This record gives sequence, C-alpha cells and structure tokens, in this order.
Amino acid sequence: MSQIAVEKKVLNENQKLAAELRDKFRQHKILVINIISSPGSGKTTLLERTLERLDKSKRVVLLTGDLQTENDAKRLAQWGFPVKQIITGGTCHLDAKMIERHLTEWPLESFDVLIIENVGNLVCPTSYDLGEHFKIVMLSVTEGEDKPLKYPSIFVKAELMILSKVDLLPYVPFDAELAKNNARSVHPGIEIIETSSKGSGLDEWMKWLEEKLAAVKSGELVSA
Amino acid sequence: MHELTIVTSVLNQLDELKKQHEGKVFSKVALRVGELAGLDVDCLRFGFECVIKDTQWEQLTLEIEQVARRQQCPKCSLEFRAENWDTACPQCGETATIIIAGEELQIAYVEVEE
Repeated sequence: MSQIAVEKKVLNENQKLAAELRDKFRQHKILVINIISSPGSGKTTLLERTLERLDKSKRVVLLTGDLQTENDAKRLAQWGFPVKQIITGGTCHLDAKMIERHLTEWPLESFDVLIIENVGNLVCPTSYDLGEHFKIVMLSVTEGEDKPLKYPSIFVKAELMILSKVDLLPYVPFDAELAKNNARSVHPGIEIIETSSKGSGLDEWMKWLEEKLAAVKSGELVSA
Repeated sequence: MHELTIVTSVLNQLDELKKQHEGKVFSKVALRVGELAGLDVDCLRFGFECVIKDTQWEQLTLEIEQVARRQQCPKCSLEFRAENWDTACPQCGETATIIIAGEELQIAYVEVEE
C-alpha cells in the first residue's frame, strides 16, 4: 500500500469557475451578492421591495434560482430590470457553472450590480462559491431563534444577516435579541439589518447596498 | 442534502488523478470534512456507496476525517476548540475570534495498491 497525497478541495472545479467569474466581475466593477435563506423567509419579497425603490437608471440584474417554475422571475421582472430564472431541476443549490451559463447573453460591462437569489435552502448553497462579494443570510421571525446555531455554516460565511418579517414580532413568540445574539455567537462580526415588507429597515438595507456598490466602484472593495 | 453532488465531484477528481497514475489501483480515498462544511457524514457514506456501485470505483473504500471548528484569538493568540458555537476566547473574553479550522472539504489522499 502506498499513499498519494491529493490535498485538493472537493469542489475544486466550482472553485476554479468561481475564480473566473470573480475576475470578470472585478474587471467590470460589478457588485455581486448571493442571498441565501430557508424557503419562505422572504428573499423574493425583499428583492421586490428593493427593485421598487431603485432608481430605474440603476444598472441592476438578477438571477433567481428554484427547483421548478419561473414564478420568481415573473415577480421580479415587473420593475423592468433584467431577470433570469435558473431552474435547477432538483439540485438544491446554485453553482458557479449555472451562474456562468446564465450570464453569457448579458453584456456584463453594462451592469453595476448582480443580485443572485439562491435556492431556498440554508445548507447546500453555503458550500458553493459563485464569485460573489458577499453572501447574505435571511432569517424570518416566523422561524426559530436558534437557526444560527442549527445551521452555523451559512451564518459564519454571511457578511450580513437580514432579520425579516419584523412587523410580525408582536404576534409570534420570537425573541429577536436572542436570534441576533445567536448569530453573533457563531459569527462575531456579522452585520444585522431588521426588515419588513411593510417598509421598516429597507432604507438601511438600500444604504448598505449603495455603500458596497460605491466601494466596488472605487476599487476599495475587491473580493478575494 | 447535496452529498451526492459532493461524491460525484470527488470521483471526477479521482478520474483525473487516475490518468496521472496509469495502471495503479486506487483502494481508498480519504476526505477531510470540517464541521462547518455543512455535510452529513452518514449521508456522504451512503451516497458514496450508491454512486460507486457497478462502476470502476466499486472496490474503493471511503475514509472520512472530521475536523472540529477551531478558533484563534487575535488578542491573546490562544487557539481553542469552539464548543457549542461559543466563539468567545476562553482566556481573555475577546469575541471577535478567527476561524482557523472546521471549514475543510478536501480530498486528503488516495491509497494505492502496489
């Protein structure tokens, strides 16, 4: 018996493609965010509220992933920004190849922001680098406060946690402080914004996006 | 949940590796899986058994080395095992500690029959 040392990442192929994507995004100075949550936390709704508030001159494109249907792309297309649905067929996450394939028809030089709405799943999307600057995790107040402890990987990797549906807090037994403390215990530096589709926190979220975009444009923010 | 995709990625890399080591028989592949990798090790083993069936890899065995999450304190440099997701430094109390292990998802080595 002898051993051959391999010492390679299992997702080496994905990693290589993600690095190529990252190069392209860097070249065109595009801010790329990858939004991850359980199904039903409100990713599409947050994006609807975001697009609604965006100046139409903003050059934003979206990719949205689901196992089936074009429903989310239809919802998001109403605001006039280019949207493409990625139907994964059964795959529980988006990978770099899917992103690359769906970007080919778009002239990247004409865009400033790419928003990727991942498949609703807190586990698998975490492992796949899509060349993004930031992963953003969403947790809604109708879920459990302990989700950051149960699914720590995504909370560790996310730059920002969006605590959504906070308008429901008076009606649900959800301890928002406990949820935030749990997130901070697995990822001490995580940023947190509380939002609701009724409007609270959306200004803060839009400001976060604007700041990150400005940092990409000025060259101050380069993803590794 | 995506353990099958992971198994397929491993075998694809082994296909490539085999080309560089023609004529050798691979008997074992060893993976290194961190606790933050988001993988269920039992699922991985089960997926592995399913995927290798009736293929050239049928005789291959799988070894998994699980890696615990370890943190390092930027203030006092203590390295520690983060138990129960509590990442604060047990020595000086600093909360912004840095992950130094636990995110691994690697092929460590393959074993070859002589």
